Amino acid sequence: MIQPHDSVIVRTFGHIVIPIAQLFGVYVLVFGQYGPGGGFVGGVVIAGSMIMAILIFGIESEDSVLARKILHGDGVGLLIFGGVGGLCLIGGGEFLNYSHLSIPGLDETSRHQVGILLTQVGVAVDVAVTGVSIAISLSFEEDEISQDEVTD
Amino acid sequence: MTIEIPLLILLIMTAAGAILVKDLISAVFILGSYSFALALVWASVGAVDVAFVEAVVGAGLATVFFLLTLFRTTEKDRVIRRPPVPWPAIIGLPLLGLLLLYGAGDLPVFGDPTSPASTVISPIYLENSIRQTGTPNVVTAVLMDYRSFDTFIETIVIFTAGIACALIMRKGDK
Repeated sequence: MIQPHDSVIVRTFGHIVIPIAQLFGVYVLVFGQYGPGGGFVGGVVIAGSMIMAILIFGIESEDSVLARKILHGDGVGLLIFGGVGGLCLIGGGEFLNYSHLSIPGLDETSRHQVGILLTQVGVAVDVAVTGVSIAISLSFEEDEISQDEVTD
Repeated sequence: MTIEIPLLILLIMTAAGAILVKDLISAVFILGSYSFALALVWASVGAVDVAFVEAVVGAGLATVFFLLTLFRTTEKDRVIRRPPVPWPAIIGLPLLGLLLLYGAGDLPVFGDPTSPASTVISPIYLENSIRQTGTPNVVTAVLMDYRSFDTFIETIVIFTAGIACALIMRKGDK
């Protein structure tokens, strides 16, 4: 496992930069319909902020509690994306045809907007969880496996 | 146009440097600067979304993953012997480059309004996307609405990558 960094400069820098990076990731995600960005980039920025927290403070610390919580959430983003497609199927249309999102009180253009936003959230959650998961997998130490499993 | 020539020269130099350098951590950082130069090239030709992805993924996340991999393995390129370049490659690769340059002469000029890419499908997206989807950014509208099935499959690919890494490397994790 990754050991926490003991430099005061790095820890103070992390405390300042990590919330800004997370806020910027959410901004890029939500404003992807109006400017450059979108679900993929927003998810990568959020994943980068959480990986920075793991590398600076360690996986067991209080500051990387978010990364520890989402670590076993692989597939939640895919479920959101597929769930929007399934709602379109329930509404009587094709898979991922947002015109048939069965939300009352919205015209067709607004349904497309809601569909794009929800699928972007799905992509962002999937990318963020996968980024943190790969970083944890790459830093996983082999010697934590018990000895009898190795001899098998 | 004048800013692209130094950027393209920088691209070739950083790509060659990342291959030739012996210290692998230096190679990783040179590769990150290669991604940054490539992002500048994308931004200069107007593809801002692609530039954003290249800067964030190529220069940010991929660098972190390469560094984490190097901390688990070795930092020096000691095991891999570089074999001498075989003579068919010395003759064949320049011929292949000449063939590609010959083929590139028939490609439409960048931004040509009469090219097939900007006469067949692009006008449909550009004219209808704001009315049909209410999204000013046409790239997001194409990715998430017109081609959302492709994006769904790409999301499955990313999910599969995370699951495969966890299955291979987190053996003893309960």
